[in-house]
Amino acid sequence: MNPQFSWNLVTDVQWLWSVPSVLNAYRAGVVVAVLAGVVGWFMVLRRQTFAGHSIAVTGFPGAAAAVYTGLSATLGYFGFCIGAALVIAYYTRGSGSGDTAGERAHSSALIAVVQAFALALGALFLQLYGGFLNSTSDFLFGNFLGITSADVVVLVAVAAVVLVVMAVIGRRLLFVSIDPAVAAARGVPVRAVNALFLVLLGATVAEVSQFTGALLVFALLVMPAATAQVFTARPALGLAIGVVIGVLSTWIGLAWAFFGNQGTGFTITTLAFGCYVLALAIRAVRTRLRTPAAASGALEGVS
Amino acid sequence: MKNTDTRAAGIPPLPDAVLELRDAAVAVGGRRLWGGVNLTVRPGEFVAVLGPNGVGKSTMIKVLLGTLPAAAGQVRVLGARPGGAGDQIGYLPQRRNFDGSLRIRGVDIVRLGLDGDRWGVPLPFASRLSPRHRAAETRVREVVELVGASSYADRPIGECSGGEQQRLLIAQALVRRPRLLLLDEPLDSLDLPNQAGVAALIHRICRHEDVAVVMVAHDVNPILSYLDRVVYIVAGGAASGPAEEVITSETLTRLYGTPVEVLKAADGRLVVVGGPEAPALHSDRHHSDHGHAHAAAAASPRGFGS
Repeated sequence: MNPQFSWNLVTDVQWLWSVPSVLNAYRAGVVVAVLAGVVGWFMVLRRQTFAGHSIAVTGFPGAAAAVYTGLSATLGYFGFCIGAALVIAYYTRGSGSGDTAGERAHSSALIAVVQAFALALGALFLQLYGGFLNSTSDFLFGNFLGITSADVVVLVAVAAVVLVVMAVIGRRLLFVSIDPAVAAARGVPVRAVNALFLVLLGATVAEVSQFTGALLVFALLVMPAATAQVFTARPALGLAIGVVIGVLSTWIGLAWAFFGNQGTGFTITTLAFGCYVLALAIRAVRTRLRTPAAASGALEGVS
Repeated sequence: MKNTDTRAAGIPPLPDAVLELRDAAVAVGGRRLWGGVNLTVRPGEFVAVLGPNGVGKSTMIKVLLGTLPAAAGQVRVLGARPGGAGDQIGYLPQRRNFDGSLRIRGVDIVRLGLDGDRWGVPLPFASRLSPRHRAAETRVREVVELVGASSYADRPIGECSGGEQQRLLIAQALVRRPRLLLLDEPLDSLDLPNQAGVAALIHRICRHEDVAVVMVAHDVNPILSYLDRVVYIVAGGAASGPAEEVITSETLTRLYGTPVEVLKAADGRLVVVGGPEAPALHSDRHHSDHGHAHAAAAASPRGFGS
């Protein structure tokens, strides 16, 4: 079952893709990475990472409840994540941009309340079900290897819907995210766009957390997007970089997990984290190089 | 109402007027903030809306945008009711500060002013293929050039200084070639050289692009020499006309109903002294500058000095 990693990458990939569950993991991984890269870029720009995380945590009791009642975990993830997104959208609806300190404090407290209760519910369902510790760890820290072909079909369908909606509202969403006052004056329905984005975020988080687990969604939702925003302030280029980093982290992470007998949550998160640290280092070097006169001047002053 | 403008309600609308207010009044939550405003603005004119803090200067802009209905009187903007000519109005809300970590270029912010309210996303490489996209990019570059922001428009806007951000936002408001520009305290929180620079820029745009400008201002001095007309709003009343007729001891004394003196400094700057206690602050306005409004409220017309 577990072959050795060889430096002939072609045979490695051939071998990986010959195992149906691994092939499904690769298929699903690319869908999830593309989706998370796009939606995550907007989430980071809008500073809604905390909301994103809470929605993900709500997915945990969703999945546990679904499994407990004999439904598919996927259904549980989607139901609870989109539900949580709607709750957050409803209670932050007045804020427009959510830009004042008071509104931000209010919504972050609300989100924290939702998050804590969600975790407690998850614990309850697990207790009711009576000890399925493996699944618990999957729900929280992720597992790519249980993906069926049917799961992949669902993921592709959801991703297609979310990405099409994102493409349709893209420009308005960017406008509302950056400049709500002017967007409203131009007739863009700010509240509706904000709420719609949260729902799309809910659907995305539901997908992503099936792979990374509820606690590691940020591996694909935040890290690639944040890395892209370190590299560039151009929206189109940033989105592209985020997607590429997400796909590479997922694919290489899967291979690493498989050959190295590691959990996918750990490998994928570590790779994405590595990209982010690398981006910060590159930026630091770039800034240093851009001001060589100042740097060398300082050194001369010392010697 | 107290008013110095000779124009009375009942005169037929001027064909070339960009903006006409006749005996307009505004109420928020059933409370009348100001009333009796008569004003006509023609293309290329520069008009300032002045008055003490908390009196509702920004609500004037909201009425012109159509987001707040006038409680009385007539308001016509570009020949239509307010809100009916959205495309031809450029709007700059009260001071927005872009967070230092916001990773979006100035040029993207300007571009959103052009097509941010459209559906869809710009396709990659579309600018090379479609003439419409090429025209959009040319227009953005043009307007960035006009406000003198070319050297920093490609930097993330969070890294730009307050004056640079304000120039980019003016470019955003201008990018659709509006016939009317509504500016809400654009000089607020800029240092003096930047205030002078941005004021001169707005004046230049006004004259050269034939855009009518209505600007809410806290301090009239940076723009005093450029103004065609001012509207001075106090609680319950208003006066409009040329600055030298409105910002006088007589007019302001009549408006405030208490002795007010306008002093002219040697350099031409105006300082308003005296005046009554300001009305109680209204919590539904000026969210962003509570402390500021409070401090200035004790001697309301002091806003004219600096």
